[in-house]
Formats: sequence, structure tokens, C-alpha cells
Amino acid sequence: MLYTDDGPPNAGRPMIRTPEQIRALEPPQVADSPCLVKVLEATRGLKAAGGEETPIIGVVMSPFSVPVMQMGFEPYLNLMFEQPDLFERLMRLNEAFCIQWANAQLAAGATAICYFDPISSSTIVSPEHFRRTGLQVAMRTLAAINGPVAMHFASGRCMPILDDLPRTGAAVIGVSMLDDLAALKQRTAGKMALLGNLNGIEMRRWTPQQAEAQVRAAIAAAGHGGGFILSDNHGEIPYQVPEDTLLAISEAVHRWGTYPLDISRESPSAQPLKDPRS
Amino acid sequence: MTQSEPVETFLNALLAMDRVAAKRTLEGSTAADARLDVVERLVVPSLERIGDLWERGEVSLSQVYMSGRMCEEMVDAILPPSDPGRVDQPPMAIAVLDDYHLLGKRMVYSVLRASGYELKDYGTVDGEALVSRVVRDGIVVLLISVLMLPSALHIKTVREALDRAGCRPFILVGGAPFRFDTELWREVGADAMAATAAEGVAVVRKLLDHLPKEYRS
Ligand code: B12
Repeated sequence: MLYTDDGPPNAGRPMIRTPEQIRALEPPQVADSPCLVKVLEATRGLKAAGGEETPIIGVVMSPFSVPVMQMGFEPYLNLMFEQPDLFERLMRLNEAFCIQWANAQLAAGATAICYFDPISSSTIVSPEHFRRTGLQVAMRTLAAINGPVAMHFASGRCMPILDDLPRTGAAVIGVSMLDDLAALKQRTAGKMALLGNLNGIEMRRWTPQQAEAQVRAAIAAAGHGGGFILSDNHGEIPYQVPEDTLLAISEAVHRWGTYPLDISRESPSAQPLKDPRS
Repeated sequence: MTQSEPVETFLNALLAMDRVAAKRTLEGSTAADARLDVVERLVVPSLERIGDLWERGEVSLSQVYMSGRMCEEMVDAILPPSDPGRVDQPPMAIAVLDDYHLLGKRMVYSVLRASGYELKDYGTVDGEALVSRVVRDGIVVLLISVLMLPSALHIKTVREALDRAGCRPFILVGGAPFRFDTELWREVGADAMAATAAEGVAVVRKLLDHLPKEYRS
């Protein structure tokens, strides 16, 4: 792992150096892993302090996305396209771990699980490829998790695969600012809730007024009829975002996000400071 | 045959990841004396189009990645690395700052090489190592790829250290943080950003066209 003072830890050199190593791998056991046990202790502590009032969201990496960190992105793409048998074996190993880890967090008091799966996003693999791979993995994995799950694309796009997502069993999907939030809402209403989609990176430079405008626009696009959780579009806000901006966002949510909404559906979307290029 | 027809055929072969058809189109339009020309006419526009399609969400990353790799191989075959027929250019290098996630860099490297350029690949480096290599190699065009926001912010320190060393390369940056905040490149002291690998080639080409002669070769 690479640690820095100014951001989240980053995975260091991948541990799987050749695809052949996959044959001999075994999934780790949660109870044998001190860092995972520590997360469970923290979850129990939060549950004790927050009771039924504050939801606690546990996190897992999807079996389909974690190989980027296990073996590197380029070797993983090659594995997917050139060695389907080893790819399949890696998925089964990662699924076993992912299910075990999600259920351990739920047992420790997590209210729901966020399943991060950006590799399934249409930014990374084509919708047809997703249907053959990431979708199958998500269906098998989510079916064995004993609680509600949000499927999160970590700011990758999901519009082209939207109609496939209810089959995963996810109750919520985490969506990107690169997709049109109002259109997503229209197509998912009554089927899945949306979680998103503020631009956490650009947020560093927002004034309190811009923060309010962005919050208001997101609520106007997706708040009507419920089923919307406002957040950034990646599930993690950079340390560099000033606290005042976060407080302005929170204030704006209280102001514009209380039902019945005092905001018209037609209200024009707030534009990003400049068009993002993704 | 219209001008755009071979581009269309080549593009479709790349997107279908069909090496044989792509090679056939490329060889079909190569006169022995115009190898760089076919790169300019066929390879560069196709990769540019694929980059645009990815930006618009119409093709997936795996298609962009595979197209870059296939073109790099094919261009290497007709224009080997030290061939005088390659682009006349000053020393150029690419690096990933503070990160082991190298796919973005790999794609930029492939697409530049497939467009006839040569560049040193420094792999994963920290700021200090990057500065000393750039100074040592007399790099004139420096490409930096990052994945995380903190690494993007560290580019500023790299620029300052290069300035102190009296070294002023053109710095072209890219990677997710720059795509999500299109003002960030200025803040970190870069000279330009590009949203896709193919757009990076366009920036490099334009820069080299305007570079004084003494910087070349
Ligand atoms: C897929 C993904 C993942 C995957 C794989 C990431 C990887 N490559 O290693 C996984 C699931 C592992 C992951 C994990 C994390 N991620 Co992530 N992830 C993404 C996502 C959706 C796509 C990134 C990607 O790999 N794209 C494919 C590559 C090839 O594209 P690219 O690097 O952008 O390169 C293209 C262009 O940018 C350009 N380019 C790139 N470099 C250069 C250089 C030059 C000179 C030029 C000209 C062009 C150029 O060319 C390429 C092709 O055209 C992005 C969001 C997004 N929509 O982009 C977040 C994102 C990169 N992730 C982010 C974060 C924070 C993380 C985590 C730290 C989260 C956490 N707390 O654990 C972890 C740590 C990752 C790690 N390495 O350990 C943030 C980073 C920014 C920040 N906030 O600091 C992003 C931007 C999300 C966001 N909106 O905030 N992630």
C-alpha cells in the first residue's frame, strides 16, 4: 500500500505477477486478517453509538473490479479477453471473499453494503461485455449478501446498462455526473433509488453559492417522488475540499431537500464550472 | 475510393479487434516511400476518432486500449523504432507520478508510438526521481499521467524543482483528475492537458510544428 498525508491509501504493486498464480490462490478469511477485524470493530462501535438512528454503510469491492488492484489493469484486460478460464476462476475466488466480507460487516451492524464496481461501468467495458461478465458476477454475489446493496460505478457512466441493473438485485445505484441525472431518474423511478452525483474533484473550487446551486439542481433532477440520496459521485470526497463547502452542501440539502420539495422539476440544471471532459 | 473509406474500414477493424483486417487495410494503402504518410492518413485519424467515441461514451475503454496496442504493433512493423522515417522530434518522455496504475500511461505511450513518435517510458516515479531523469535526459516534452488527485497536485512541486534546476520542458498532463476539473492543469503549472491519448498526440504534434529548429532531434 502507498500512504500519503493528503489522500486515501493507494494500492501498491499488484501481488498477482503472472496469471498462472491464480490457480493456487485461496480467498483470505476475514477472521484471520487484523485490518479487516479492525473495520468490524469500528462498525460495532458505530452501531453502539448510532443505534437505529444513523445508517452505517459497509463497503466491498466487486469481484469484477478488484483484479485491477490484484494484478494491474493491463494484465487484467488481457486476462479477460485471452484467458477466460483463469478469469472465471478469479471471479469465483473473489466472489467467495466478497460475500464473506459483506456479510461480516452486516453482522457487525452495517445497515447496507455499497458494492463498488467501476469496471462494470460503460466507461470501462462495453455493455455487451458487461452482460457476459460483470452482470453475472454481480447477480451471483448480491444474491448471497444478506442485506440491501447499492451498486456503485465510482463516477463511471452507467446509462447504457441501466435496464440490466435491476436484475443484480441492487436497491440503489451510485451514478456519475457524466450521465444526465434527470434522465436516469426517469428510467429508474420505482425500480431503484439513485445515489449521486456531485463532482467531488471540482468541489475543491466551489464557492458556497455554487455548492448550493449544484445541490439544488441535483434535487430538482432526482428528488421528486423520493428514491434519491444526495452525495458526491465517487463515494469519497477529496481531503482538499474545504469544510465550509461541505457545510454549505449540508445546509443546502436541509433547505432544498426536505419533503414536500419546494423546487420545480423543470428547474434548469446547474452547469459545472466548465464542461468536464470525461 | 473516397478519402474516408480506408479510414472507415481501418476504424471498424480496430473496434472489432480484428488484427488481420486492420493489417490488410494498412498494408493495402502503404507505398514503400510513404510509410509515415500512411500513419498520418490512416492511423492517427482512426485513433483520434476512437478517442472521441470513448469520450462520448460510445465505445468502451477495452476497445480504445486494444486499438492503441494493435496500431503500435503494426506501425512498429513498418517503421521500426530507430527508422529515420519516424517523426523528427526532440527528446520526449512519459511518467506516472506516485502510482502503480499504469493503463492510462500505457495507452498514451502506444498511441504516440503508433503515430510515429519515440518517447522514453519512465514508468512509476516519485517527484524527485522524475526531476533528476528529466534533467539528465534533456527532456523537452514531458508527459505526466496521474490517477489520484493528490498526485496531480504534486505536479506543482515537480515544476518548481525543474525550474530551480534551470530546466523548462513543455509539460503535458492527463488522467482522471484533469478530466473532472478542467482548470486543474493550470493550477499545477502544466503547459497543457489532454482528455484522451489521441488528443495528447494532437497537442504534441501542434507543439512540435511550432518548436524552433534547434530543439529538434
Ligand atoms: C476504474 C476506476 C477504479 C478501478 C481501477 C483504477 C485503476 N486504473 O487503477 C478501481 C476499482 C481499482 C479504483 C479504485 C480506486 N479509485 Co478509482 N476510478 C476508476 C474510474 C471509474 C476510471 C479510472 C480508469 O482507470 N480509467 C481508465 C484509464 C485508462 O483512463 P485514464 O487514466 O483517465 O486515462 C485516459 C485519459 O485520462 C488519458 N490520459 C491518462 N493519462 C494521460 C497522460 C497524458 C500526458 C495524456 C495526454 C493523456 C492521459 O488517456 C487515457 C485514455 O484515453 C475513475 C473515474 C473516471 N470516470 O475516470 C475513478 C477514480 C480514478 N478513482 C478514484 C479514487 C479516489 C480511487 C480510490 C483511491 C478509492 C479508495 N478510497 O479506495 C481507489 C484506489 C485505486 C488504487 N489504485 O489503489 C478517483 C481519483 C481522484 C481522487 N479523488 O483522488 C477517481 C477519479 C474517481 C473520482 N471521480 O473521484 N478506481
